[in-house]
Amino acid sequence: MANGRFFDEMTKPDGLPRAVYERVNDWLASAPPELLASRRSQAELMFRRIGITFAVYGDKDSTERLIPFDIIPRVLGRSEWTRLEAGLKQRVKVLNMFLADIYGKGEVIKAGIIPEDIVFQNEHFRPEMRGVKVPHDVYVHISGIDIVRVDDHDFYVLEDNARTPSGVSYMLENREVMMRLVPELFSRHRVAPVENYPDALLTSLRSVAPKASGSDPVCVLLTPGIYNSAYYEHSFLADKLGVELVEGRDLLVRDKIVYMRTTQGPQRVDVIYRRLDDDFLDPLAFRPDSALGVAGLMSAYLAGNVTLANAVGTGVADDKAVYTYMPEIIKFYLGEEPLLKNVPTWRCREPDTLKYVLAHLPELVVKEVNGSGGYGMLVGPHATQAQIAEFAVKLQNDPDGFIAQPTLNLSTCPASFESGIGPRHVDLRPFVLSGADGVRVIPGGLTRVALKEGSLVVNSSQGGGTKDTWVVDDESTGGLI
Amino acid sequence: MLSRTADNLYWLSRYMERADFLARIIDAAQRLATLPTAYGGTGSEWESTLNAAGALDGYREHIGAVNETSAIYYLAFDPQNSSSICNCLEFARTNARAVRTALTIEMWQSINTAWLEMKRFQTIFGKPGTIDRLELSRFLDFVRKASLDFDGSAHRTMLRNDAHWFSRLGLYMERADTTARILDVKYNVLLPATEQVGGSLDYFQWTAILRAVSALTAYNWVYKSSIKPWFVADLLILRPEMPRSLRSCYDDIVRLLDNIGRAYGKQGRAQAMARETLHKLETGDMKQVFGMGLHEFLTDFIEGNDGLGAAIGAQYLVHDDEALFQGQMQSQG
Repeated sequence: MANGRFFDEMTKPDGLPRAVYERVNDWLASAPPELLASRRSQAELMFRRIGITFAVYGDKDSTERLIPFDIIPRVLGRSEWTRLEAGLKQRVKVLNMFLADIYGKGEVIKAGIIPEDIVFQNEHFRPEMRGVKVPHDVYVHISGIDIVRVDDHDFYVLEDNARTPSGVSYMLENREVMMRLVPELFSRHRVAPVENYPDALLTSLRSVAPKASGSDPVCVLLTPGIYNSAYYEHSFLADKLGVELVEGRDLLVRDKIVYMRTTQGPQRVDVIYRRLDDDFLDPLAFRPDSALGVAGLMSAYLAGNVTLANAVGTGVADDKAVYTYMPEIIKFYLGEEPLLKNVPTWRCREPDTLKYVLAHLPELVVKEVNGSGGYGMLVGPHATQAQIAEFAVKLQNDPDGFIAQPTLNLSTCPASFESGIGPRHVDLRPFVLSGADGVRVIPGGLTRVALKEGSLVVNSSQGGGTKDTWVVDDESTGGLI
Repeated sequence: MLSRTADNLYWLSRYMERADFLARIIDAAQRLATLPTAYGGTGSEWESTLNAAGALDGYREHIGAVNETSAIYYLAFDPQNSSSICNCLEFARTNARAVRTALTIEMWQSINTAWLEMKRFQTIFGKPGTIDRLELSRFLDFVRKASLDFDGSAHRTMLRNDAHWFSRLGLYMERADTTARILDVKYNVLLPATEQVGGSLDYFQWTAILRAVSALTAYNWVYKSSIKPWFVADLLILRPEMPRSLRSCYDDIVRLLDNIGRAYGKQGRAQAMARETLHKLETGDMKQVFGMGLHEFLTDFIEGNDGLGAAIGAQYLVHDDEALFQGQMQSQG
């Protein structure tokens, strides 16, 4: 099953399984194909009945779809995880320091680590936030750092998602489904639990409530509404957190205080876990045409009467241009070497680099600096001549708007299909929480898998699927089944 | 709880109840429509059924002349009819999706499963034309089961708090409305005991009404008599033990509003209005009802019920900012 060109996480080039995958390998070898087929269809039925769906923008035929789920778990050994976890903590700690700095004294710019215009001209930079003190200097309360592997040692950060990362409901539901579907495989491993994520999230959110809110702050989750592609996740999380799921129209601001409309009258709100982008938060402060937000919310926020998680203006930290400076930024704040690698990146804004990128488009991946979700990117090796020509024009017109990266040989994991088992490319989005008491990482995350053979695009909007991610203790359960 | 959540729960239950009612009246009308005129077949069965569903005007506008196939399609499947069974289930699910956190898993699954099944039926009954009677009766059975299933899961799994009360309130408000409407459409065959009865001619009309509210067996138990029109009216208006009677609905409405009032520590206009209606039903008798005129009584009741719906809305479900803060001051004072 191993494919010579790529690092396969289960099977070594010599055809033997890597140690952490031995038990999965045994299970796959002994499980008859009918069993896998029946588990696959059971999984689909379970997801359909629970109603875990997402919407694909621009797809008129189906407003609700299932994300395909693969029943073979993606396994990480405890020691691998420990290395990754340390790197994630370092990274998120620095993201918070960076944001506090650029909205504060701007030392990182004064020291010449990052060009001023990349920060201040950035469309996600919010001048309103300059000089604003957010509780405990935490900006990025929830982040989803996209990680890829190309060999059995290094972890690369593909993207820092510091705005409103989604996918954590899949991490939680995938685990529930797997526990019911393959109990026999579960019992052969010791798998780190992920089910305490909502508890950890609520603890983080409560820890950053405004001082005035007392010992029992009221938290809510703000959603754009049922037509948002991640609505299912919003309702799922609100339920697990035990907080109200509110839309903009459920909130109002009076005298710089946020209230929600309840059957018993107005109730004060202290912390808003918002799954709504900055632009839509407050029609008075940002986009005036937004009907999703709350008029006056920014005034309450700037007065310190309500905490927004994530903070306003975090988008500047997960910008793809800023990303290219992250190794230096980490060294600047911590005086440490980055534990996670950056994918080598060409900044098209630099004329010589642009020339190189234009000459090598067929072998590069080009991304919009402000894009996300796999939209608006060029995967050179898989693109047609026409697409490449089209991108070349875009690049020349707006070099600042793009970065380019080598086409990574993403690692593969086995996935199960009607036609059998085959390796597919994967990435990993672990979820990292920051609160007054520090940074926490839930052992696991969302593994996204490109189900099309050979495809490197794992985004659910582009035909990707998901897998449960197991962080397992390196020794087995000692033969207990 | 959020006003919007209460609103969604309230309408979710109303739509599920309405779908159930529509399935029943279609079933009852189908039986009547097959009767020879000598047995009381009036030839206008579908017209009065559309009327009972509050869909006659819309039907005339979109379809025109009334016939069985078009009427069934319009009542059950037509996307143009905002209160077709399929639209009711669609709205119910939209409301459910908006308040998933306030529903139990069982409630959500019952609605979601019903919705998926409905999608399957929609492919069978995709467009107007001939209607396969066997498939139709399967569909109507499915709708009744879906409503029962939702009702049962709500009853068995919800916490007894305001979410539950608003949800049940929607059910009883809708049920009171539909019971009154079906009686009103048939008021001309429901005569007081003193009137000469038109022989057995109306017998099938009376049983059709009972069937439409699933009260045929209940009638036999309560009255132990052959079917008399004034008893039919009595059963569905005043009898507290009949779960679809106006009286029984208002027993529940008053109880639920009282629960809400107690939990929130204040009463309002909705409570007062509901109690007033209940008082009339408790103290009234059929002589008074027929004295006033059954049609007049029912028209009055339907208006009153609509008024109560509006009062519940204003008090709990949707308010402008001023009213919201106004309410707050009262409760503090």
